[in-house]
Amino acid sequence: MNFQLTEERQMLQDSLRRFLADRYTVTARNKAIADPSGYSSAIWTQLADLGVLGALLPEAVGGYGGAGFDIATIFEELGRAGVVEPVLDTAVLCGSLLCGPHDAQPLPRDRQYLERLIAGDLQLAFAHGEPASRYERTWVETTATVGGQDIVLTGRKSVVVNAEAAELLIVSAREGGASGDRDGLSLFLVDPKTAGVRMQGSALLAGGRAGEIELDGVRLSPSARLGAAGGAAVRVESALAAAEVALAAEALGAMETATRLTMDYLTTRQQFGRPIGTFQALQHRVAEMLIEVEQARSAVINAAGHLEGAPQVRDRHIAAARNLIGRTGRHIAEEAIQLHGGIAMTAEYELAHIAKRIVMSEHRFGDADTQLERFIDLSAA
Amino acid sequence: MDLNYSTEDLAFRAEVRAFLEAKLPQDLSDAVRLGRGLGKEGHDRWHSILNEQGWLAPTWPEEYGGCGWNAVQRHIFDEECCRAHAPRIVPFGLTMLAPVLQKFGSDQQRAYFLPKILSGEHWWCQGYSEPGAGSDLASLRTRAVRDGDHYVVNGQKTWTTLGQYANWIFCLVRTDPDAKQQEGISFLLIDMDTPGIEVRPIILLDGTHEVNEVWFTDVRVPVENLVGEENKGWTYAKYLLTHERTNIAGVGFSQAGLEAVKRLARQQIHRGRPLIENPHFAARLARAEIDLMAMATTNLRIISAAAQGQAPGVESSMLKVKGTEIRQEINDLARRAAGVYALPFASEALAGDNSALAPPEGSDAAAAQYFNNRKLSIFGGSNEIQKNIIAKVSLGGRT
Repeated sequence: MNFQLTEERQMLQDSLRRFLADRYTVTARNKAIADPSGYSSAIWTQLADLGVLGALLPEAVGGYGGAGFDIATIFEELGRAGVVEPVLDTAVLCGSLLCGPHDAQPLPRDRQYLERLIAGDLQLAFAHGEPASRYERTWVETTATVGGQDIVLTGRKSVVVNAEAAELLIVSAREGGASGDRDGLSLFLVDPKTAGVRMQGSALLAGGRAGEIELDGVRLSPSARLGAAGGAAVRVESALAAAEVALAAEALGAMETATRLTMDYLTTRQQFGRPIGTFQALQHRVAEMLIEVEQARSAVINAAGHLEGAPQVRDRHIAAARNLIGRTGRHIAEEAIQLHGGIAMTAEYELAHIAKRIVMSEHRFGDADTQLERFIDLSAA
Repeated sequence: MDLNYSTEDLAFRAEVRAFLEAKLPQDLSDAVRLGRGLGKEGHDRWHSILNEQGWLAPTWPEEYGGCGWNAVQRHIFDEECCRAHAPRIVPFGLTMLAPVLQKFGSDQQRAYFLPKILSGEHWWCQGYSEPGAGSDLASLRTRAVRDGDHYVVNGQKTWTTLGQYANWIFCLVRTDPDAKQQEGISFLLIDMDTPGIEVRPIILLDGTHEVNEVWFTDVRVPVENLVGEENKGWTYAKYLLTHERTNIAGVGFSQAGLEAVKRLARQQIHRGRPLIENPHFAARLARAEIDLMAMATTNLRIISAAAQGQAPGVESSMLKVKGTEIRQEINDLARRAAGVYALPFASEALAGDNSALAPPEGSDAAAAQYFNNRKLSIFGGSNEIQKNIIAKVSLGGRT
């Protein structure tokens, strides 16, 4: 057994943590949140320069990592600092989609996109979820039909994170099969300026932005297809697996920050003539938070360590980690707010943002209940 | 034991329901139902509709314009208002200050202020909490120094709810810095237009402007605005807090919230079926409903005892703890039901957009309300303080 990070990962973690501690101040973050793009392009470039984006992708496409522990190491730091930049959507989710399964070789076009992504020169968004899909990975009702020389997309995509900033959308659509089927699913690269794409953006509660998208007879060349026709389910599932490991690790980092801020507060805030941290009832609650952070850390290690494993084993560990973090994350966020009192409710205090990051992470790719159902299904199979 | 309401109670409920159906404006109930803000105009409009009906002040004695309702009738009224998505009555003048004036104020103060609370001419806010004095309220530091026929006030109050709309504030101020903590505090009524008062907004984590900081710099307050005796303010403050804790269980809010969750869960589709049929979601929803059913009866037991003249003791602390826990759990279920639609900011989530891109009704404010209502277990004496009260009273003399 060895739970130490490799030297390279340790170095990346240290430099990323230092960079974010120095540069990603509350003021810098609030500026990024208020930016019309939903993020800071200066920070994005600096993250690329630090090697953060490259470390999320494999050597075969010009990166220098891409394994579960690379993703977990980076996202724990991003979570610790409450980073709102779309690393998850552009690099992990869309990066994985462009790479495809481990044995696949990306086309030269897709390799070029990946190179630009690693250089910090490309924003992407995965337009996948729909009004009726509710976290189901292959529930796609949007259709892709042949219309003369073209492929025609028709459908609706909901809460597509980073959609407005994206130069390209990766859109899932069905070329066959029924809603929920794994077969018949395809992916398409779509320029959001294409005729028939309608988008309405909104800010997200925990930072960043998303778009509601309508695809009304959007005509594409067949070359816009990413991977094999009707066979995209494996690609989608492995990209979502990587994104869920990232999200679990991000929540872990945020839970560490929430707990640290709470401990700092309990030792400084005076009520009834003494620091409130001297009250045993509150001490026990901090102790529980600390226990839960360690449980969350172990769950992230389990999930990250199985990301390259067989899909069923991988997904079972991911569902377990995300269910546990859904539960403990809610507990830690709520306890941190409660133990702070009113100050934690104010937008300008750091904990407010961190608590929102933790709780809202449950709303991407499946909340604790959904993960519980997945775990039960995968355990019975 | 009889779990049923009396015939008179049922007739009263029907009367309230008919009034709400006839007089509650649709735009106001929509705003409440969808968790959106009312603004000052909306609050004022509902205030004057209730005043016209004579139903604005259920807790006041009839001689001052109260309704003469007993505790059960007041409960029925609250429940029906929640059910109809009526706006909450802003409580600072009507249910906090007014009882203090009625019991401890001068004749002149009663004659001047009470009618203006009813008419809506005065919008009151509360000046209790300070940055260093939250649950430990008695450690407050805002000073008032007597100078001829005025007090000169200096200090800072915080968490002043809807203070941006208020033209009057009632404040606890320290008039004797040398006395023991809970002595030497006075209760002052201050016109917000007095020079030296500055109201600064506090933006909450859900993006709303609901609370404020209020700063006092050499604010001159006429001595006739002192309530009761100098240095006896703590007594009046405690009296006010017992009134703040009426309807503390929030049963009506929870019932309305539960209905909202069910509506949302019927619209949301999971694996081709309405979410409300999903066994895990349904189980959590059922647990919350079971807790609420028991709490509603606990609440009625206490109300019924109060209607027979028994003063509530630790029961109100129990209701605060359980009532807020249940409301917060229902808020959590609502954000869960919203799924990915919980992610956008309520204020920007295409509210009012009827196009194909609009989110399911009620989903856009779910997460914002979940975060906003984390305050329920913090304000009005945090739940930790309530548990201390329950333990102290119950274990008193035993340990």
